[in-house]
Amino acid sequence: MNDITKFSVSDLNLFYGSFQALKNINMDIYKGKITAFIGPSGCGKSTFLKTINRMNDLIEGVTINGTVTLDGVDIYKEMDAISLRTRVGMVFQQPNPFPMSIYDNVAYGPRIHGIRKKSTLDEIVEKSLRQAAIWDEVKDKLKKSAQAISGGQQQRICIARTLAIEPEVILMDEPTSALDPISTLKIEDLASELKKDYTIIIVTHNMQQAGRISDKTAFFLTGEVIEYGDTEQIFNKPSNKKTEDYITGRFG
Amino acid sequence: MRQNFIAQLEELNQDVIKMGSILELSTNEMIVALDSFDTKMANEIIDRDDEIDLLEQQIERECINIIAKQQPLASDLRKITSIMKIITDIERIADQCADISEYILKLAAMPKVKAPVHLPDMIEAMKVMVIDTIDSFVESDLEKARKVMDADDVVDAYFTKITGALIEMIQEDSKTAPQGVCYLMIVKYLERMADHATNIAEWNRFSLTGDLTLG
Ligand SMILES: Nc1ncnc2c1ncn2[C@@H]1O[C@H](COP(=O)(O)OP(=O)(O)OP(=O)(O)O)[C@@H](O)[C@H]1O
Ligand SMILES: [Mg+2]
Repeated sequence: MNDITKFSVSDLNLFYGSFQALKNINMDIYKGKITAFIGPSGCGKSTFLKTINRMNDLIEGVTINGTVTLDGVDIYKEMDAISLRTRVGMVFQQPNPFPMSIYDNVAYGPRIHGIRKKSTLDEIVEKSLRQAAIWDEVKDKLKKSAQAISGGQQQRICIARTLAIEPEVILMDEPTSALDPISTLKIEDLASELKKDYTIIIVTHNMQQAGRISDKTAFFLTGEVIEYGDTEQIFNKPSNKKTEDYITGRFG
Repeated sequence: MRQNFIAQLEELNQDVIKMGSILELSTNEMIVALDSFDTKMANEIIDRDDEIDLLEQQIERECINIIAKQQPLASDLRKITSIMKIITDIERIADQCADISEYILKLAAMPKVKAPVHLPDMIEAMKVMVIDTIDSFVESDLEKARKVMDADDVVDAYFTKITGALIEMIQEDSKTAPQGVCYLMIVKYLERMADHATNIAEWNRFSLTGDLTLG
């Protein structure tokens, strides 16, 4: 089966002021695959995710050059940020539930897309919360504020909120760092399930997680992609010494 | 750096080296015992087999522990999985030293016949393979591993040659059949020892390169 390119990134550079956070990134992200980004703290993983979701446009002093295409269309030149983000959903590193009820958080996206019918919204909310492995915990308190629950629960509410808009691509920035092992495995199962219809990129500091769920792995270091390849190859026999040192814990 | 993990790996490595050196001792002594029908030495080799078995079990436990607790990856994972395979082959070679020793005891109790002419050559070829394969592990030496894999054919050729010679001996004088059968068993064990040395070399190559083609 031929891999279909979803995102194509070429010669991408990003500067926060004069600090270069991404250095000449060239990478194709494939449709229907889970791609894991690994690398030490501060190497640019979140920056890269935000860049392909155009979240960096909002930050002052950011300079971006190079091209990023989604299904062949330039996301910076030929697409507006809003329509990009309905196709590319993001779960952030820090849970960021909106200051409203659990139900309204999840229904937020669908409502923006014009869904008004109560029964349809109910269905979407339940399905999304179930997929995010949190339905049983919150089904009796859907009217409660999404900010008055635990960090791990907030994280899963944010995952449900992203799923509710049924994007084509889901970007997850350490979605399970605050979750217990059971919820973590449920989210991982969900990701594996979703990849039939979605393209998923997941940033994780958990090597075993990257190994468990991803098809492709990219290793970032100080703003560069050091190695990008099949997860099986990266975890068994990385070709770059720096990748080897990082995943075997001999780094620094 | 994962200091604790690296220390565990080093300990594991030392235990395999220890198992390998006991094997070298048994192999060398088996050769001497066969040459001189030294029953005392043959019995020592048979007794030493338990030591190797215990080490194998201990190393197996260490490997399982490291996998469970440290979740090794890449070269570490290759090293540990290959060690788990290698120790089985070391244990088998040691078994075969003991098996040969049993036949040395039998031969020692029988009237002497002339040992097959090429037996010392076959023994030498097998011995070099065992020593090189252990060295290739200890020194992470890929060249030595390749040398071992190439040498297996030589041992196989001696096996065919010596079996033929033994058949001739028995045909010429059927009274030599009991000794002939003992030698036949011995050369079969020697041939198997070389096979296991080859397996170890292949796992060494896997550990060093990730190449998993096994012969
Ligand atoms: N808004 C910003 N302004 C200036 N510098 C920034 C900004 N955001 C990130 N950086 C810097 O850019 C680099 C990459 O940061 P980024 O958040 O992408 O790292 P990361 O790989 O996601 O790290 P972590 O694993 O800790 O989440 C870091 O050196 C960081 O300090
Ligand atoms: Mg980050």
